[in-house]
Amino acid sequence: MSECLVDIPADAINPVEPYLRSERIPHIWCPGCGIGTTVNCFARALDESKLDLNKVAIVSGIGCTGRVAGYAALDSFHTTHGRAIPFATGLKLANPELQVVVYSGDGDLFAIGGNHFIHAARRNMDLKVICVNNLTYAMTGGQTGPATPDHVISTTSPYGVFEPAFNLVQLAEAAGAAYVARWTTFHVKQLARSMEEVMKKRGFCFIEIISPCPTLYQRRNKMGDGLDTMKFYKQVSKIRNGAPTSECGLTKSGEIVVGKFVDRDRPGYFEMLNAQMTETLGDRYVIPEASSCGDC
Amino acid sequence: MAKGFVAITVERCKGCGFCVEFCPTKVLTLSSAFNSKGYHPPQVVAADKCSGCDLCGMYCPDFAIFGARNAR
Ligand SMILES: Cc1ncc(C[n+]2csc(CCOP(=O)(O)OP(=O)(O)O)c2C)c(N)n1
Ligand code: SF4
Ligand code: SF4
Ligand code: SF4
Ligand SMILES: [Mg+2]
Repeated sequence: MSECLVDIPADAINPVEPYLRSERIPHIWCPGCGIGTTVNCFARALDESKLDLNKVAIVSGIGCTGRVAGYAALDSFHTTHGRAIPFATGLKLANPELQVVVYSGDGDLFAIGGNHFIHAARRNMDLKVICVNNLTYAMTGGQTGPATPDHVISTTSPYGVFEPAFNLVQLAEAAGAAYVARWTTFHVKQLARSMEEVMKKRGFCFIEIISPCPTLYQRRNKMGDGLDTMKFYKQVSKIRNGAPTSECGLTKSGEIVVGKFVDRDRPGYFEMLNAQMTETLGDRYVIPEASSCGDC
Repeated sequence: MAKGFVAITVERCKGCGFCVEFCPTKVLTLSSAFNSKGYHPPQVVAADKCSGCDLCGMYCPDFAIFGARNAR
């Protein structure tokens, strides 16, 4: 592989490299696809968080975004379509010491996996859910999904989408998420900071990342390539931390409200479980120990 | 001496141009040369202006470029 064009110190390495299964790179994502950019932010967040990487697991569903688990040098699992959250819930329940990250697409998490999302948020399950929202089912050819905005042209809506889309941040808040933020792939620094923040936050955390799919979404809608989309995000995004999520719905070409919208403390699943069982069973209830197998 | 340097792995690049566009000091431009997959990778045109901020590295969807500060 031909390296750099200028002299660099021999020991210099790309900060993302330790977090990648480098033997699998180059990845399959198209030129100008935003998913790789989100992975850079995730790598930097892991770096800053100083977490023990033996205690971090990443779970993805199916889709272009679902490939992230296969490229991350962590304990990874690529589940069936829509089932990242139930798999992650099982991991967390069996080994509460694990930091469990769910990294998946808008279709995977909100269509086939939509029920799992709302119930994990309702229970305040300690999961960090990162959703790359390219506003379409990309891997299968660009069909209309639950996050595709009005008027957009897609494979299955050749005359334009007419059904209302979910506002993902509002849905997450209403279902009970402890932390809700949205950024675009243009906002790399802010996104990395949010990702780092959720690593320290307990409870169900949700980060939505608006991301280009130039091959299917932008092309069909004559919105240019990946770079045009990044410039579009820069132009139409407005940072409004604390904005009411009900005001953050997305349209095809209008403003994109970004920021941290929700950061609250609610009792977590284990706390609620232990409190209820202690109340009912008294001394007979033994709080389950973290079933960690030591250094694995 | 420049405050930082930038390193490019030409064969990983898919020519999206994110690094060129979002480098705050315009250190880069897309080269007219091709890599073996037929993409135009970036090249350094103003090495002295590189701060090593690594914004190019954060934007690059293909993990093909990064910046770092020079040791003082
Ligand atoms: C049970 C099942 N139904 C349908 C599919 C086909 N399928 C694969 S990926 C996908 C959608 C992915 O969309 P999204 O989660 O938004 O990911 P993206 O590719 O956009 O990143 C679908 C419907 C499948 N793999 N399994
Ligand atoms: S189809 Fe879209 S989302 Fe999938 S890799 Fe290509 S650009 Fe990315
Ligand atoms: S951002 Fe990466 S893939 Fe895009 S042109 Fe620059 S080096 Fe190439
Ligand atoms: S490290 Fe910063 S200044 Fe240097 S090329 Fe990259 S973006 Fe530009
Ligand atoms: Mg999608």
